[in-house]
Amino acid sequence: MDLSFTREHIAFRDEVRAWIQQAMPPAIRAKAAVGASFDMDEVMQWHRILYEKGWVAPHWPKEYGGTGWDATRRFLFREELEMSGAPNLSPFGLSMVGPLLIQFGSDAQKARFLPKILSGEEVWCQGYSEPNAGSDLASLQCRADDDGAGHFVVNGQKTWTTYAQYADWIFCLVRTDSSGKKQEGISFLLIDMKSPGVEVRPMLTIAGTPAFCETFFDNVVVPKENLVGPLHGGWTLAKALLGHERTLIAAVGDSRRMIRKVKRIAARTMAGGRRLLDDPGYRARIARLEVKLRGLQMANYRALAGAQLGRAPGPESSILKIRGSEILQEAYVLAMEVMGHNSLSWFNEPGVVSDEEQPVAPGFNYARATTIYGGTNEIQRNVIAKLILGLPTR
Amino acid sequence: MNFDLTDDQKMLRDTAAAFAKKESPVARKRKMMASEAGFDRDVWRQMGELGWLGILFPEAVGGYGGTMVDAALVLEQFAATLVPEPYLASAVLAGTAVLAAGDAEQQRRWLEPLCAGDSVVALAWAERDGRFDPTAVTTVAERAGGDWTLAGQKVWVLAGHAADVLIVSARCPDGIALFSVDRGADGLTVRPVQTMDGNRAAMVRLDGVRVADDRRLGDPGEAAERALATALDWAAAGACAEGVGVCQAVLDMTVDYLKTREQFGVKIGAFQALQHRAVDMFIETELCRSHAIEAAIRCSDGSDPDVRAGAVSAAKVQLATGGKFVSQQGIQLHGGIAITEEHDIGLYFKRMHVLNTLFGDEEHHVARFAALPSFVEGIEA
Repeated sequence: MDLSFTREHIAFRDEVRAWIQQAMPPAIRAKAAVGASFDMDEVMQWHRILYEKGWVAPHWPKEYGGTGWDATRRFLFREELEMSGAPNLSPFGLSMVGPLLIQFGSDAQKARFLPKILSGEEVWCQGYSEPNAGSDLASLQCRADDDGAGHFVVNGQKTWTTYAQYADWIFCLVRTDSSGKKQEGISFLLIDMKSPGVEVRPMLTIAGTPAFCETFFDNVVVPKENLVGPLHGGWTLAKALLGHERTLIAAVGDSRRMIRKVKRIAARTMAGGRRLLDDPGYRARIARLEVKLRGLQMANYRALAGAQLGRAPGPESSILKIRGSEILQEAYVLAMEVMGHNSLSWFNEPGVVSDEEQPVAPGFNYARATTIYGGTNEIQRNVIAKLILGLPTR
Repeated sequence: MNFDLTDDQKMLRDTAAAFAKKESPVARKRKMMASEAGFDRDVWRQMGELGWLGILFPEAVGGYGGTMVDAALVLEQFAATLVPEPYLASAVLAGTAVLAAGDAEQQRRWLEPLCAGDSVVALAWAERDGRFDPTAVTTVAERAGGDWTLAGQKVWVLAGHAADVLIVSARCPDGIALFSVDRGADGLTVRPVQTMDGNRAAMVRLDGVRVADDRRLGDPGEAAERALATALDWAAAGACAEGVGVCQAVLDMTVDYLKTREQFGVKIGAFQALQHRAVDMFIETELCRSHAIEAAIRCSDGSDPDVRAGAVSAAKVQLATGGKFVSQQGIQLHGGIAITEEHDIGLYFKRMHVLNTLFGDEEHHVARFAALPSFVEGIEA
């Protein structure tokens, strides 16, 4: 056993680190330095920069525009991106529908959609959740009926459609048959957001920022060639996609950056004549959180070492989402407590609190989402209970 | 990066697992708990013959020339059935102290019989008012002609009750030093005590114990402090490996119980509240495992002592929180039966407490982790 990366991997990491620093435009770099959140224009600007470099979709097969990197390089790249504070790219095209089309799409669908996902010319969103379905994904109601003339006609509502207000396309799970088991009548459909009958209503999040939307479909006509995979066979695709999604959300780099930020703020916050970082109580709390992150990081490395050898994710990887999301939340909570009165600030002009403290409060609010999205942590625990521990169902 | 076991390591793990299961099930642990020594000298010798006691020591002294990862594999398997022999106390803690502090001749003299299973060595480092600080030594070593005399008290000397040789830390004019003291030495009082987990330790008094100069291991001062720190880190890493074995055993027992025990007309494992508790036990067990692996690797890969200390303290903190949680929830999910002495789960619960306390508890290791230079690296941007 050894914990070192090979010389090639270390050289690769250094190259990536140096490139990120020089490639980041000054405005983005300034925001990244203090961990501010980015608007959609900035996200897409960064997307195009990565695209030009050929690094926008490292996990795609090379023939479709990926990098051909091994699992360790992909991991290191991701970690460097997270540590740099660069904008997180929208995952819906690159990490969700893209890989799914590569796996299940027709040649025509691949040729039509993949290049524009890569270039960022077309932005995607995800139409999975519905108001009364939530984690019980298969009980969705949004309907697609065959009009007998080469089209589906879609009616219904999707919710939590993150970035729908910016999206050109949405990938949807729709009900094409309600006669059998609820998983059996679902199909996977690609819908042009500019189609007549599509209406998007953005909602503000508790972070004070727009992120997700309600999306309504009123007799929306969708050509049949936009069906991915077999008719009524969408559930298999849905599950494959959730698998892709869960490997993305350990967010070790995000948590590392956040803990470093907590320390920096604590080093500049005075209390009773000394730095808060030197207060044994606070210092111990930060240390405990860092210990937790270290365990997560090791679990991540173990999963990675397996992936590098082409092994399916083992038990260690199923904890990544649960622990990763909990640790990130905890880091935000601790940051807020370290800030004391400054944590009360809410979108004030510069100078009220430091640039570094400015984005913490919105982040603290939005971080509550991490244990909910991508399958709530409760659902993740149900999955582990059943699939790994083999506990009985009622 | 690589976490795969070599073929030799797999064999080591499998033989240790088979031994624990067949030769030393929990029933033997119970039998030994009721015996005077708490373990079996014949089994100790057998462990020596199998090469297990010499894992951490060079071939020149009859050892196996292995790493902490190898020893961790054995400890984890032993923990599964609570093998009672003082492996951690003697073949890890005390042996490592001799290895780290002694010269070649001293290593040979005390490690050779240990590797063979012919002797039990114990490290007397803790003192009543020192808590977990190995440098808080009030035991005194004074020059007496060409020899030394030792005076003071040591507490909770693991396996001290059976030790043929005690390695004792004492303060001499040049700082802390380690001395080896034979069991029968004049002025040495060894009072056997029982620890919660059914193992034995000793309270030790030294009243002017006379030892020859060649019984002082290596140099006093910094060298001896480094040796003690090394031994305690290796032992702590070993405790973490054992902790993983304890967690896994508790998790397995508990999941089995949830699958078989019925209440309200269903298997209780079908209740979501209990499922989620079991999943959290699983998560903590896996995290203890990840931390323990890192700690074991950092003990043997030539890392800087601060890097090693960071990994070991992190692993110890995780064991103290996660291992505690697993062992507590194991009791809770078994219900009332778990409170009885006849049920095995209580034995694991007690062992977990002991492992969490030995070589520094949670607060100790949190503070040590937070005091490392790496903790504040890169924050003064």
